Amino acid sequence: MTPKMKFLLGGAMVLGSAGWLMASSLKSTATYYLTPGELHAKVIDDASFHETGVKVGAHVVPGTIKRAESGREVDFMVTDGTREMRVVYRGLIPDTFSDSAEVVVEGRLNREGVFEATTLLAKCGSRFESAPPGAQHPASVPKGYPSGSPAPATSAPTT
Amino acid sequence: MILIGELSLWVALLMATWSALVSFAGGSLRRGDLVVSGERASYAAFAFVAFASLGLWTALLRSDFSLSYVAQYTSSNLPTVYKFSAFWGGQSGSMLFWCLILSMFGAIVVFNNRDRYRSLMPWVTGTMATTLVFFLVTTAVASNPFERLPFPPPDGRGLNPQLQNPAMAIHPPNLYLGYVATTVPFAFAIGALITRRLDAEWLGAVRRWALVSWFFLTIGITLGMWWAYVELGWGGVWAWDPVENASLLPWLTGTAFLHSIMIQEKRGMLRKWNVTLVVATFLLSLLGTFITRSGVIQSVHSFARSGVGNWFLIALVTALLVSAYLVATRLKDLETPAQLESMLSREAAFLYNNLVLVGIAFSVLWGTLFPILSEWLQGEKITVGAPFFNTVNIPLALLLLLLTGIGPLIAWRRASPRNLQRQFTAPLFGAVAVGSVLVVAGMRDVYALVCYTIGGFVVTTIAQEFIKGIGARRVIHGESLPVAAVRLVARNRRRYGGYIVHFGVVVMFAALAGAAFKKDYDVRLRTGETFTARDPWGAEWEFTSQGVSFYEALNRRVVAVALRPVRNGEVMPVILSERRQHMDALRRPTFEPSTEVGLLETSRQDVYVVFAGATTVAGSDDPIAEIKLTFNPLMVWVWWGGIIMAIGGLIVMWPQAERARREGGYAAEMEPQAVGAGA
Repeated sequence: MTPKMKFLLGGAMVLGSAGWLMASSLKSTATYYLTPGELHAKVIDDASFHETGVKVGAHVVPGTIKRAESGREVDFMVTDGTREMRVVYRGLIPDTFSDSAEVVVEGRLNREGVFEATTLLAKCGSRFESAPPGAQHPASVPKGYPSGSPAPATSAPTT
Repeated sequence: MILIGELSLWVALLMATWSALVSFAGGSLRRGDLVVSGERASYAAFAFVAFASLGLWTALLRSDFSLSYVAQYTSSNLPTVYKFSAFWGGQSGSMLFWCLILSMFGAIVVFNNRDRYRSLMPWVTGTMATTLVFFLVTTAVASNPFERLPFPPPDGRGLNPQLQNPAMAIHPPNLYLGYVATTVPFAFAIGALITRRLDAEWLGAVRRWALVSWFFLTIGITLGMWWAYVELGWGGVWAWDPVENASLLPWLTGTAFLHSIMIQEKRGMLRKWNVTLVVATFLLSLLGTFITRSGVIQSVHSFARSGVGNWFLIALVTALLVSAYLVATRLKDLETPAQLESMLSREAAFLYNNLVLVGIAFSVLWGTLFPILSEWLQGEKITVGAPFFNTVNIPLALLLLLLTGIGPLIAWRRASPRNLQRQFTAPLFGAVAVGSVLVVAGMRDVYALVCYTIGGFVVTTIAQEFIKGIGARRVIHGESLPVAAVRLVARNRRRYGGYIVHFGVVVMFAALAGAAFKKDYDVRLRTGETFTARDPWGAEWEFTSQGVSFYEALNRRVVAVALRPVRNGEVMPVILSERRQHMDALRRPTFEPSTEVGLLETSRQDVYVVFAGATTVAGSDDPIAEIKLTFNPLMVWVWWGGIIMAIGGLIVMWPQAERARREGGYAAEMEPQAVGAGA
């Protein structure tokens, strides 16, 4: 066997195991990234989605934030422009979280329709790049949808 | 000044376009006069971009709120240093800043190579100018910092408090310098491909630029980690956020290139691979900017979605197609006669190093783009989190660390058994010593043990190299120990500077592995109450609350909690964590409340305190402080690792006088045993 062959064999082993690690950890850590409307459609479709951890990206509905004094719990509504959802989060609230924030919450939707979040990521346009003064925050624009694709919450569930 | 600035931007665009057109024309028609004109135009483009930048800086420092950009990112009570750094604090300003660096690099490249690489240079100048045209058009059309407001507000919105941090003032410029510097090797690669001069010539021109890029990216990434650690309050340095990944990707491929370039210099191998790495590094830095600016991938760091993202996508695809076409049509010219001679050779170690670095880059890219890919393929957005990146990359990174130790020990071409025995004995002993001490001390975390064991191996390797080199100088030149040590490094900067970088890598890995022993607690304390905990080293800590205080400062209202730590009976400095509400000049609140982390840094660990809020209890005026307290082992060594890597990088790229280079420079780097082993 030439050195080049040996090298390629070793390389294939390295890359193969890396690929195997990627594939196997992908299975265990992949999470759906949905909007409130999509999540609603999914739980109607399949009730087991109540037990499945998902990520939801949406805008905070201004004026709905109720912070606990401890700074460790917050209750608020989010929307994707088509559907509102109540979120309860326990943990440290990031500094970026605000009325006009775009948030990503991770957790599960319980059977009462409240999303129990274990992580809360907030980003707000106005933090790093503000909207022109006087302009409205585009809270009505559903996040995560290129303008061409259909908004799922408007389509009736199939079952 | 603003008008001059805006006009300068358009003139610069004109100059850059001219420079691109006549340089390409001069190159293909072999007309020297056109080439010279193109080079002069690139100087002019730099001058005018500089004028434009001065215009914006003037407006920022004078708080001229008639400019929308100034009104958005500054306020009249903002400290001057942040008015200055607001230049790159927002999107359109940072686009202009990018143009400034790019045009400056373009001018430097033209100036440095005015008498060299004459056949390559027109294409290099042209490619640099084309890139500049793209950035200038994007700035002027899609994101113009000179955009005016019809009614100037009395005061600006101020700078986001999280960005009011010294690290954040210098983190973006470092990353931009690193990203932009990848353009130079790319331009030379395009030049070399077009002219089919694909021997080692062009590599000589780009090696230093690849280092410049690597150096600034290293600093930028380390500062970014530091900023995330002290500002974001989650107690870690790296969250595998898409924007963080975006800065890591070009660093990985750039690091791979800095190693594989040596194989082409010494053995003439890997021509295709090197061209590919240079192109990939440039494309990844464009991709990073695209991810940051377009908002296609959810990230806490993203700028607002804007049209700029589409421009970057166009640039990315164009650059990809052009380079793919050029490589495909020149495959014959990229053939190399040299072959790998043995698996036990430095070439093989370097090849594996490249394989692992690119493997890591690929997995990071895959994980980062996964939401987009899954949406294309399955119609559903699926994300992967930190566990994915950690499971895949920790083993790969440990393999890389091992190769860091092996590479310098093996001879080029083919290592003899004697070479292996002589070189590996001490390092293996070092590894076993570190590993067994830690096991005896009670460490049980497998990854951490492997990391420290390999770290022991690599550090012994580096020490052995220094001891040998210094010893040889003392015998041959009769120098004293310090003189020999300094001259050894000074006369062989690439080699020993590289070892210093490797040492910095070990320090950083060792520090990051400390996260395995992190401990955190949720604590509620009234004034005078004490919380007791044992740190990961076994020491006993008592934290006594000194109470919650409320006060107003220059531009903010503050609620703070103070903790008095006692470690094994010894009183330590008070830790103060604050919640701040920033205010504008009219004392109106701006932004959301922000947290100021309380930090007690020691060489063993950081005590990291986040004040979440104060709960008032009915019938009592003494609020309860809600605190998250974390022991972060070895954290300070993450920063030292970054600093050591940067110092090593600086040594490697520091220009060496011609005489010194001949005497003990790169040619002298071939070790005697390597030559002997090859013969």
